[in-house]
Amino acid sequence: MKKKEVPQDDANLLEGKTRELQYAVDEKGNYTIVKSVGWEPKNIVLQQTWEEINEKLEQVREQVKAGKYSPLYYHMKKHLLTKRMLAKYAGISVFKVWFHLKPKSYAKLSKENIEKYKKALNLKPEEDLGNVD
Amino acid sequence: MKIDYQHKMAAHCENGAIMSLLNHHGIKLSEAMIFGIGSGIYFSHIPIIKLNGLPLTSFRPWPGAIFKRASKALGIDVEVKKFRNPEKAMVALDDNLERGIPTGMVVGVFYLDYFPAPYRFHFNAHNIIGVGKENGNYIISDPIMESFEHLSYDSLKKVRFAQGLQAPRGKMYYIKNLPNEINIKVAIIKGLKRTVREMVILPGPVIGARGIKYLSKKVRKYPKRYSPREASKRLGQIVRMQEEIGTGGAGFRFLFAAFLQEASEILENKRLNELSASMTEIGDMWRDFAVHAGRIIKERNEVETYDSIANLLLDISAKENIVYKELAKVVKEESLKA
Repeated sequence: MKKKEVPQDDANLLEGKTRELQYAVDEKGNYTIVKSVGWEPKNIVLQQTWEEINEKLEQVREQVKAGKYSPLYYHMKKHLLTKRMLAKYAGISVFKVWFHLKPKSYAKLSKENIEKYKKALNLKPEEDLGNVD
Repeated sequence: MKIDYQHKMAAHCENGAIMSLLNHHGIKLSEAMIFGIGSGIYFSHIPIIKLNGLPLTSFRPWPGAIFKRASKALGIDVEVKKFRNPEKAMVALDDNLERGIPTGMVVGVFYLDYFPAPYRFHFNAHNIIGVGKENGNYIISDPIMESFEHLSYDSLKKVRFAQGLQAPRGKMYYIKNLPNEINIKVAIIKGLKRTVREMVILPGPVIGARGIKYLSKKVRKYPKRYSPREASKRLGQIVRMQEEIGTGGAGFRFLFAAFLQEASEILENKRLNELSASMTEIGDMWRDFAVHAGRIIKERNEVETYDSIANLLLDISAKENIVYKELAKVVKEESLKA
């Protein structure tokens, strides 16, 4: 890749927080470092991943609203967690997490456990674990 | 307190962290150099290993490998610690910072507050360097970011004890001892030798230059085997691994070319510079692959097909094969000299 050809296709995926270093050659054929804000093919595949995730999440939201799963299930999916990971982050056994994903057991959750989940999911104290919108 | 530390940006976090730590201790080596010495270039396509439910294509060795190899080849004594108890891990970090030792840490990026959200997945092998503590917040030098970042105690504890695949378990490391003298030439040859071994000598169809051929075969079958959507997801995963944050472009191929160029000067071997130019061409071919794959995913035109990109991969495989075989000759010559 030539220095002049380093792409600058900004799709705001880096959110202006940083730029990526790319290695490219200058006119004399020497390697230099150029900062880049993005490249189209790369943006496409990253967006593809998130579209996929968000689409699935919409389905999960519907399922939760229909009472098939508890709101915890929605949060778990939103954070791309598995049951085991959620259990570890919250410090609650996988077995219990499995139960808490069902609406019936979720309704009986203790205050203490709700706090644990909220902390694991980085929810603020005023935010409601039951809110899936 | 804050350690007098110069923030260094890098394309890849793992090389970047070592480069930055060494730089702090007065050893000026480039990122490309460390990448090459640690034999950072790699390829494998192993369909039975799944990442997010899709076959794993890898352009880099297992996380931590470059770090281990490079520090060993350079003779640097690195202290690595892992913890069971998160509080103890934080105390150990505080101790280090108190003593003025910049400390590298392996963290997960999903809960890393300052990281751009679209890049936050449960990837647990990111490297950052702690360089100080101010009002209870840690000052972090992250090789991917443009300047210093800050993390609260809770945030840092959470990312250090990220869960999931390759949980870092509070892993931290710092340089304990430096050798009196670094024999860079020997380290380069060692790195090249390992690269040759991994890319052309190791048997089996899935690793190295042959692995690219294998991938080509698989990609050609995608439209017959899978629904258009599944096929495009699989293709997307390959491009994502190739151009993921921190490859320096084209699945580390440009970074490797930069290394070859630098090595050519140090070893006074012109052949290496020629091979660097070939590697740059190969990198451009990988970029072509990404462009065409992107068009297929977006269904932008009918000219590019899975067949045409499979052919491109076949070309890449052949070209890479030649470069590594030529490198093998150079390594042989140079090891006789050294």
